[in-house]
Amino acid sequence: MMVVHTWAAIVLLCMASTAGDVLISAAMKRIGDLQELRQQRGILHVVKRVITSGRFLLGLGFMCIGFFSLLFALSWADVSLVGPASASLTFVSNAIAARIFLKEKVDRRRWGAAVFVAAGVALLAS
Amino acid sequence: MTARKHLTLAAIVLFGACGDVMLSRGMKEVGNLSLSNWTQVFPSLLNPWVLFGIVLLIGFMSCYLTALSWADLTFVLPATAVGYILMALMARFFLHEQVSVRRWVGILLIVAGVGFVTGGPSLTEHPPAEPQTGRDA
Repeated sequence: MMVVHTWAAIVLLCMASTAGDVLISAAMKRIGDLQELRQQRGILHVVKRVITSGRFLLGLGFMCIGFFSLLFALSWADVSLVGPASASLTFVSNAIAARIFLKEKVDRRRWGAAVFVAAGVALLAS
Repeated sequence: MTARKHLTLAAIVLFGACGDVMLSRGMKEVGNLSLSNWTQVFPSLLNPWVLFGIVLLIGFMSCYLTALSWADLTFVLPATAVGYILMALMARFFLHEQVSVRRWVGILLIVAGVGFVTGGPSLTEHPPAEPQTGRDA
């Protein structure tokens, strides 16, 4: 039963993280290079720009859902399973979501990497 | 990529892996959470290891946001995949978890698969939107 619970938490974590990552990535691209912005306008300006971004806040909400799923999963299973499994699955779903929503150029190199990751996850989970 | 950008990626790896291991140690002390009494999760936030993990993950988040401001999501995630090795090593030596040979192979496959994408460009160049032009005369 714990195995079912663990994987349900991992899948929820994966979906919430993907939504969060895509939204936050979109927000950061819109704001621009944070290091340059900090040098030009100071850290407070950077913080203000980030925390007043609607996409960032929505992304953060999804990240929070992911974080609580992580806490539940970690209380049921080892970190060396939960950590890599959830992050790797998230990598694959992120590649798909980044291509569709962020229009990133996910080339053969990046798709190939996704296959390796999936194989790694299968080994971790078995 | 500049040295500062490499440092930012290294900080993502370090903060992320250490933060997860601290959380794991804390949650092991707290014990199993149950869905019927999910509010138990809030007292667990007061566990010192969980708190320390959260501080590290805040450091992770700020470096992650910085990296996402100048690189693709599909670049940042694989570029920081070396964190899995670090996490497995810490789980083995710090948490005394058993990391089987099969899991080690899985972890290595993940890292091998994602590591080589860092050789490619870090950012997709989107051409500026061209103004709509009528039929050329």
